[in-house]
Order: sequence, then structure tokens, then C-alpha cells
Amino acid sequence: MSMSAARIGAVIRKELAEFRRNRFILATAAILPIVFLVSPTVSILAIKASALSTVLEKRVETSLFLPLLIPVFVPALLSAYAVVGEREQGTLEPVLTTPVSAVEFLVGKAAAIFMPAVGISYLMFGVFVAITQFAARSAVATAVLHAPQLPAELVFIPLLAGWSIWVGLAISARATDTRVSQQLGTLASLPPVAVAALFSFQVISPTFAVAAALAAGLLVVDGLACFAVARVFDRERLITGTKPTSGTGQPRYRARGAS
Amino acid sequence: MSAMSGSSASPTRAGPPRAAPAGPAAIEVSHLTKVFGSRTAVGDVSFSVARGEVFGFLGPNGAGKTTTVRILGTLIAPTSGSAVVAGIPLGPARAAEIRQNISIMPEAPGLYRRLTVTENLEFFARLYGLPRRAERITEALAAVGLSDRAQDLAGSLSKGLRQRAALARTLLNDPAVMFLDEPTSGLDPVAAHDVHGLIGALRDRGVTIFLTTHRLDEAERLCDRVAIMNTSLRTIGRPDELRQELFSRSLAVTTAAPLARPDQVFAGLPAVQGWQTADQSADQSADQSANRSVERSGGSAGSRPAGYVLTVSDPARAAPAVTRALVAAGADVLSIAESRHSLEDVYLQLIDDTEGRTR
Repeated sequence: MSMSAARIGAVIRKELAEFRRNRFILATAAILPIVFLVSPTVSILAIKASALSTVLEKRVETSLFLPLLIPVFVPALLSAYAVVGEREQGTLEPVLTTPVSAVEFLVGKAAAIFMPAVGISYLMFGVFVAITQFAARSAVATAVLHAPQLPAELVFIPLLAGWSIWVGLAISARATDTRVSQQLGTLASLPPVAVAALFSFQVISPTFAVAAALAAGLLVVDGLACFAVARVFDRERLITGTKPTSGTGQPRYRARGAS
Repeated sequence: MSAMSGSSASPTRAGPPRAAPAGPAAIEVSHLTKVFGSRTAVGDVSFSVARGEVFGFLGPNGAGKTTTVRILGTLIAPTSGSAVVAGIPLGPARAAEIRQNISIMPEAPGLYRRLTVTENLEFFARLYGLPRRAERITEALAAVGLSDRAQDLAGSLSKGLRQRAALARTLLNDPAVMFLDEPTSGLDPVAAHDVHGLIGALRDRGVTIFLTTHRLDEAERLCDRVAIMNTSLRTIGRPDELRQELFSRSLAVTTAAPLARPDQVFAGLPAVQGWQTADQSADQSADQSANRSVERSGGSAGSRPAGYVLTVSDPARAAPAVTRALVAAGADVLSIAESRHSLEDVYLQLIDDTEGRTR
């Protein structure tokens, strides 16, 4: 069965409507980005004119790294709730009785998280750069604007968000409790952050080739993750809470086959 | 229907499978089994449901009713066995097609509490890919009497109203087969009556309804046939047929005072095959009926009214002869009526029997 844009759109529309009316989600989506904006902004603005170039360089590195945590943690928290949350409120079973496939359902969920998470991340990044340009000393403003990792980080925002979302959805599809899912989802989002940190702090040299290779790798992982997560999205386990019996001779309703 | 033939306690359960009403089957289930680990939830169940039939699926908690519905709704896969739902063979390849043609109302309403009733229905209408969504939603809400709450958040509704909203959701896609799990659970009598009316209207439109319920009066009133399940299928048939097959027909007689020689009065009557006092009878309903008759007639404990339960083949023909014999014997007859067994009696008899054997 081919994917239906209308069904994916229905899931996105529903998710966004729920986000807007969920105070916990609104607070999460607002507080984390503000923290990751305020901290580097204060750090950058506090640099004195007499600061050594090495100090300036370190501050810029740190300041450019912190906003990268927004596309990691915000989607991780939202996606961890996505499946197990529906299960807890009893809405998953009615949805799974409709023709929506696992892939459509998951893509809809992922897109609904991706759009606001990436939007907020770019917004915060933009606000940070704008503040530095208007309020920081000219040497600092120039250092931020011409930091070699800046363009690469802009590319990494959606890729990191993609990773966090798919890992979070995979955990959410297997977890039995929202809190456990959120904790595991946040932990599982950290490996690419570590890579990004090495990149931001120039432990890995931020050349175009390295950045492109890492970005391409993440892109491939994000692209394939949808189908990998659909494989762990087992209707039977989600509905009954029990592990499906094996060796029954009957195919199970899962992934694309379940459509 | 091997599950039925596997039982041997009564003719009903040991007999051959009962054919569904004439016409193409909406649901055809053959040797369906579902095992969770070491526990068999559904064991070798076979039955068929005709199109346009209201089919009651009864059984105690944990009997496998919901598991059966989930299998037929393609939510979980059977361990073995096969089924055809809405004319489509059950299996992963055509699961989405089945889901497009059926609707399932689970026991929990499962509404998004932060969305309005209309937004909830809109979401499901889009998942079904329905045209004229607004019109369908309006019709569905009107059908369940929820039009005036369309813009309310689902979370603000009472349990009964959420149940109605969930029922409206099952109407959206105009399904060929509807699976309703306890549709009147939590509803007040008026709302439950409205739901019964709605089920009747759907049947008239040719919709097949697979009704899981604990309310036996509801099943008796609504269902063309019922199946009683306790992991395996215990029996299946029309409520009247089940009563007749499981219980012998009887007359409940109440006299103002105990008969001096009841054996002489009843034994000589060709229409009467056997008798016992109401105290001896296991038939609680006859006993209660006799007690009620005594209360109505103003009898007191001191006047010692007596009840008798007579086994007869044809109550309508036996009653006049019994009355004449009682009058001839000088008895004051307070009441004489056919002792009616309810579907609840059938259910309890079968379930008690099953549990007795398990113990």
C-alpha cells in the first residue's frame, strides 16, 4: 500500500492541535530554547574588549554549541511521548483500527515534531546571531559571524532533530511508561550531540568535507530510521502489552505489511 | 465448529455447528486460536455472522471476546485459524482494506481530550479518507444526539457523552461491519435506549453489528443470534433456541396452601412429564415468580402458599389440564404460568458448567 499524504497530513494536523493545547509541551518547547539562548548570549556579551583571542575563540565555540542542544532535546522530549502517550490515554487502539499504516502514522508524528522543533531552533539561532551583531563588541560580532562551524551547524540542526525524533519514536513505540521513554529518549539523543560538540570545539576540524560527510551520514540514518522505527512499531505489542508469540505460522500486523 | 463439538455436557454444546441466517456471511471465522505465551485466550473458535445481522458476543471477563474482536479488526494476528471479514480474507496483505470497511468501538472511548468532539471526528474522517467530511460528522453527531456538544473539548464530556462521541466516530466511514464493545457502558437508561434504537436503524440499513456486551437484557433485545464464549465457544444460536435447547419447558404453579397429595394431582396428567416443588427446583426465576404471586395475592408466611414446577412439553396445552386437576383436588390456585428462562439463565448455566469443569 502506498503512503497517503492525506493521512500523514491528518496526523500532523492533529498533533499540532494537541501541542498547542498541552501546557507541558508548550512549556518544554519554550523554556529549553530560552535557556539555550540566554546562556550563550550572556556569555558572549560579557566578553571584555581586552579579552585574549583564545578566550574569545573558546567563548564563541561554546556559544555556538549550546543552541545546537535545542534541536536535540526539544524533539527528544516530544517524540518520547508520541506513541506511549497515545497508548496511555487510550487513543492508540482507535487510531490503529483505521486504514492508517505504521509508516504514515510515524511520519506524521515525526513531521509534526520536526517542524516546530527545527523552526524554534533556527529562530533561537537567528536571535542569538542578531543579538551578537547588534549588542556585542565588534570583534565578538565578527568572530561569531565568521566562525567556520556556523554554516555547518545550520545544516546540522534539522539532521540532529531528525535523529532525536526517530530515536524517541522508536523508544516510545517500545516503552510502557512515558517518563521512562523520555529519559531513554534523551539519553539516546546524546551520541550525535557528542559528535557535534567535537565539531563545535574544533576537536574535529570543521572542514567542508568533514561536515558534508557527517551531514550525509546523518541524513542517511534519518532517512532509513523511518522504516527501522516502523519495524519496531508492533500493533500487537502496543495494543495487548504482550510480546507476540513466535512460530505461529501467521504473519503479524506490523510495519509496511500492516499498512 | 470444533470448539462446540468438543463439549459434551448438553445437546446444544455437543451438536453440530448452527448455520448462520441465510445470505452471504459478513464474518466467517474458522478454527481461530490465539495464544499469549502459555495462555490460550481464544481456542479453536468457529462461527459465521450474516450480513445485516446483529450478533451478540457474550462471555465473562477474560473469556477472549475482546481478543477475538481485535483479531477480526486486524489489530492482532491469530496464532492459527482463518477468517473473512466484510468479504475480505484476514491477513496482513489486505488488513488496511478490512479496516477501511469496518469500524471498531473499543471499550474505552479513546478520544483526544484536548481536541473538540468535531476535531476528534475530523481526524478520523481524514484517516479514512472520507469525502464530505463536515456533512458526515454532522450526521454522525446527530445520530448519537451530540450535535449541541460538537465544539466542546472531549475531555470536558461526561463518560456517557464520551461513549456517544466514540459511537459517532464508528459511524463516520459507513462501515459494512461494526464491532461494538460495550456500547452502552456508562450510559444512562435514556441514552442506552437511544443507542439501542441506533443499532436497530443500522441493522435496517444492512450494517452487520458484532456486539460485545455484559448486559444480557441488551443482547436478548437487540441480537438476532448470540454466541457465548469462555475461551472456546460454548454455544451459538438465537436466544429462544438456546433457552429451549438448554432448559425443558415448564409451568410454575402456585397454590394458596400445599397440596395434600401432589403426586396424585400431577402424575395422572398426560401433559405433565414430571414435577417438583419450587423449593426443590433449581429454577430461581420460577421460585421468585411464585413468591411475587404470593405477595400480590396478599398471602402471608402463615398461610403457607406452595409452589410447584411442572415439566411439560407444551405449556399452552398443559395449563388448562393442570388447572382443572388442581380445582378438582380442591386447591386454591394463585397463579399458573409458563416459567420463562432468560438469556441470563442460559448464560449462567453455560458459564457455571464451564467453570465447574475447569475446577
